[in-house]
Amino acid sequence: MTILVIADHDNCTIASSTFNTLGAAAQIGGDIDVLVLGGECSTVTAAAAAIPCVRRVLSADCELFAQPLAEDMAPLVQRCAEGYSHVLGSTTTFAKNLLPRVAALLDVPQISDISGVIDANTFERPIYAGNALATVRSHDAIKVITVRSTKFEAVAVTGGSAECLAIDAPAAQALARLVSRTEAKSGGPELTTARIVISGGRGMGNGENFVLLDTVAAKLGAAVGASRAAVDAGFVPNDYQVGQTGKVVAPDLYIAVGISGAIQHLAGMKDSKMIVAINKDPDAPIFQVADYGIVGDLFDVMPALDAAL
Amino acid sequence: MKILVGVKRVIDYNVQIRAKADGSAIELENVKMAINPFDEVAVEAAVRLKEEGVATEVIAVSIGPEKAQDTLRQALAMGADRAILVPHAGTTEPLSVAKTFKALAEQEGAGLVMLGKQAIDDDCNQTGQMLAALLGWPQGTFASSLKVSGEQIEVTREVDGGLETVALNLPAVITADLRLQEPRFASLPAIMKAKKKPLDSISAESLGVDLTPRLELVKVVEPPVRTTGSVLVANAAELVEKLKHDAAIA
Repeated sequence: MTILVIADHDNCTIASSTFNTLGAAAQIGGDIDVLVLGGECSTVTAAAAAIPCVRRVLSADCELFAQPLAEDMAPLVQRCAEGYSHVLGSTTTFAKNLLPRVAALLDVPQISDISGVIDANTFERPIYAGNALATVRSHDAIKVITVRSTKFEAVAVTGGSAECLAIDAPAAQALARLVSRTEAKSGGPELTTARIVISGGRGMGNGENFVLLDTVAAKLGAAVGASRAAVDAGFVPNDYQVGQTGKVVAPDLYIAVGISGAIQHLAGMKDSKMIVAINKDPDAPIFQVADYGIVGDLFDVMPALDAAL
Repeated sequence: MKILVGVKRVIDYNVQIRAKADGSAIELENVKMAINPFDEVAVEAAVRLKEEGVATEVIAVSIGPEKAQDTLRQALAMGADRAILVPHAGTTEPLSVAKTFKALAEQEGAGLVMLGKQAIDDDCNQTGQMLAALLGWPQGTFASSLKVSGEQIEVTREVDGGLETVALNLPAVITADLRLQEPRFASLPAIMKAKKKPLDSISAESLGVDLTPRLELVKVVEPPVRTTGSVLVANAAELVEKLKHDAAIA
């Protein structure tokens, strides 16, 4: 078995999800190579080479890949995939956009968002917003897979010295062009890797009230998230969204504030180790998955929580 | 410009699903079915483009059982002009669905194909990307807004870090995120009118596509239920005490 893992990165550092994806690769077993596609991304290539479980790093470092356009990247990944038994990426918007395009070029199905490795050909994955688990087996020579990060341990980051191979840049497809991108917000831990997450829902009433979560989050070192309802209402940007169609988180502690707990939201957080719910409706479904709950008005409870910390 | 828009018939998002006792599949008998919510958004976005004069015709396509005609009629009631059903019993996989759409896009001379970013049954999130690859077209996935100008379409995409805007050459494939449009409720006259709109049936064989699944479904089970006592605490101070005791916070 030889496995090719596509690194998720911002041309400076490797995204933490890639280390979990490498954890899934290690469970499949066999040689693991990493493919770095980027522009002026030598620090990423060097970091990938330092990962102990990695055999070889393939690096296509070129102007064309400074922007991650699937149209340009997919044909190269297709070419690189030859000879590998598995091509893995994380369940991030980068890989979700790229890998199905690669799979189609290879004429193989993709297995999305795996939560478990049964054997090298058989995988478990959540369906119906995590309300069922499907076990699927591939009979194709190349298996294209995205990996749910929260379900796999991260591999060690340093200590290795893998061989690096430079790959020539392909010709541009000239089908698509990046116009603009919002800068990722700084400060505070990242939502998908934070040890504590505190999320607000429709009950927050407006965007300004999220300051009630921000102050508590700052004291706890927590990341702030939101339900789809809060994002749809325009309280906070889309990158806050936790759920079936947003981000999947599994922190040590998840605090849901003014969130009723629709199954689509639970899909994104029910693997959290401990769940706390604060909601004025005692019948809110969120209490069914919560370890601790406070039935009360969040506008009373949150300032009190802030004071108690 | 013709727009092809895909609609999948899935279990209604409000229904609590159940796995069959033998673990062979999810129970679909006597369960309320509905249009995949993401596809409903795609239909709305396609119809808006027609209303703005950007598109000339909106063709709704579904691959599924005969009952998927209901789903297509819903798309017609929302404003699609005609519909195509590719009959298929059983599971559909994104790759073969993408191949079917490729054949239909070529046959119809479509300038845009719009799909939901994922179906809420298998949660695959693949079909649009695969279709774009097979057609050699650009892809605007997870779209939250669109603007057609000349031979290009500008698509704002919801990505992990926030928003990203790309300019794509037409023809292109777009996959809709939930905030792209708010689907309309079809009026009664629109529903009546939809019953008279053309709905053709085209076999997968005639399109040269094999819809047989390639992945083997070994089993489907319900996940272990989270067993928590859900302890209600009286106030914030008591909560902090509990969390400190459980070492959830320092």
